[in-house]
Amino acid sequence: MNKYLFYPGCSMETSAKAYYESLMAIKDTLGLKLEEINDWNCCGATEYVGISLTPAYALISRNLALAVQQANGADTVVAPCSACYLNLAKADHYMAERPSLGERVNQALAAGGLHYDPGTLQIRHLLDVIINDIGLDHVKSKVVKPLKGLRVAPYLGCMVPRPDYQKRWSDHEHPNELDRLLRALGAEVIDFPLKTHCCGGHMTQISPSTAFELIRRLISSADQYKADIMVTVCPMCQMNLDAYQAETNRHFRTNYHMPIVFFTQLMGVAFGMEPRQLGFGRELTDARAAMARIGVEVPEPESAKKPAKKAKKTGLPMPQMPGSEQEAAE
Amino acid sequence: MTASTKNPYYAKDPNLRFLEEVSAATAGVSRLEMCIQCGTCGGSCPSAADMDHTPRMLFALIRAGMREQALSSNTPWICVSCYHCVVRCPQDVHIADVMYTLKGMAIREKLYKDATAPDFSLTFVDMVENYGRSYEFGLATRHYLKHFPMRLPGMAPMGLGMLSKRRMDIAPTRIKGIDQLKKILDRAKELEAVQ
Repeated sequence: MNKYLFYPGCSMETSAKAYYESLMAIKDTLGLKLEEINDWNCCGATEYVGISLTPAYALISRNLALAVQQANGADTVVAPCSACYLNLAKADHYMAERPSLGERVNQALAAGGLHYDPGTLQIRHLLDVIINDIGLDHVKSKVVKPLKGLRVAPYLGCMVPRPDYQKRWSDHEHPNELDRLLRALGAEVIDFPLKTHCCGGHMTQISPSTAFELIRRLISSADQYKADIMVTVCPMCQMNLDAYQAETNRHFRTNYHMPIVFFTQLMGVAFGMEPRQLGFGRELTDARAAMARIGVEVPEPESAKKPAKKAKKTGLPMPQMPGSEQEAAE
Repeated sequence: MTASTKNPYYAKDPNLRFLEEVSAATAGVSRLEMCIQCGTCGGSCPSAADMDHTPRMLFALIRAGMREQALSSNTPWICVSCYHCVVRCPQDVHIADVMYTLKGMAIREKLYKDATAPDFSLTFVDMVENYGRSYEFGLATRHYLKHFPMRLPGMAPMGLGMLSKRRMDIAPTRIKGIDQLKKILDRAKELEAVQ
């Protein structure tokens, strides 16, 4: 199999470390050759495009220009993060659609000795590569521990199936790729109606009540469908549903407990790998009970007691978080 | 020469060319001119309830040349970039990208009503311009201290959880080619300014 130029994106090194660790753990089993783009930079997320057009697209395109330099026959950039995937795809698409933008971006890149011709690279999401290049037959053949009995809600979020410039997905609103993959792993997959609804994106930082409502809809729907766990392909979705679940619960006076992990983590479990190797234990909404249903022991989080202790030091009345409650009890 | 530059009314009121201006400043071909005011966008929007105007209404303001009203609307700032409206729009208007354009214009003309969202974007970009990477710890502390100090106590367990689970680094990561990136961005800003 040909190599792919790999654009990890900032989240994979920090908030979505579990995604990175699990991907690194399963890539050889999948026969996936990833070559990280040297000295890549942030894609600007959804922030830079909302400030200034040419700088935002120049920032994104530096990565594409660097990727071309080390391509050596490879023509596909694979991004595991939805926002990175969309930004890279968008730069490639719009530089071609509006040649004057392409020209300006290249004039800017020239100041750094770089150049990118739109259309040179294919920009693809990790899930697309796994489904369409590696194939479910290969995935199935590697399953040694089927996820039998685990009820999962497949959750893709927005920016993978939409706007879909290259028409790679089965549907913009109800794509079946993630469902098919999880079924191949042996999981019981619910027909999750909100699978491509929004997690709130950066709204947790800007307009919390807007974000909490979007988070509530998702976790409450997954809960009503009696999912044990949600499975995502996006660092932002994971972060919002996992880390802000406690605050959302406080906001609505609810008591949901819906863990959410990356699809690559469950792939690793089905391939018989150690949960610790797959980044389990990094979630803030505890996934231990869900994973115990299929006999998988998720490691106790490192320094689990620290957060609860330090939180008390603030001396303010502290509503209990479902996560910290359990941690404190242990 | 476009039709509007020949029309004498446009010269009297430059705001009548606002639609053209927004469209031209948007990435790709915005197709904003093609909007038929059907309202599919607002009906598809998960956050419309919190918006001053639905996207349809906002596009009507733009078309009517109501520049100040359009740029001070909270709508682009409440847009969550979910692209539901974009894939449903029968006219294929690049709605999300138009929202980005309006944000940029509102920042330049200081017409936004609430500084929370613009400050967040500017702080995020400031970090990226200096390190080449996003820097969540710096961003979160600076942003929360300024805009959500009351949220901080409730957020402490989450923040500490992110730190103790190594999901947030206290120190930023800087790319090797930061000087190269700065040169590229400086040139891009010059090019953006002369447009």
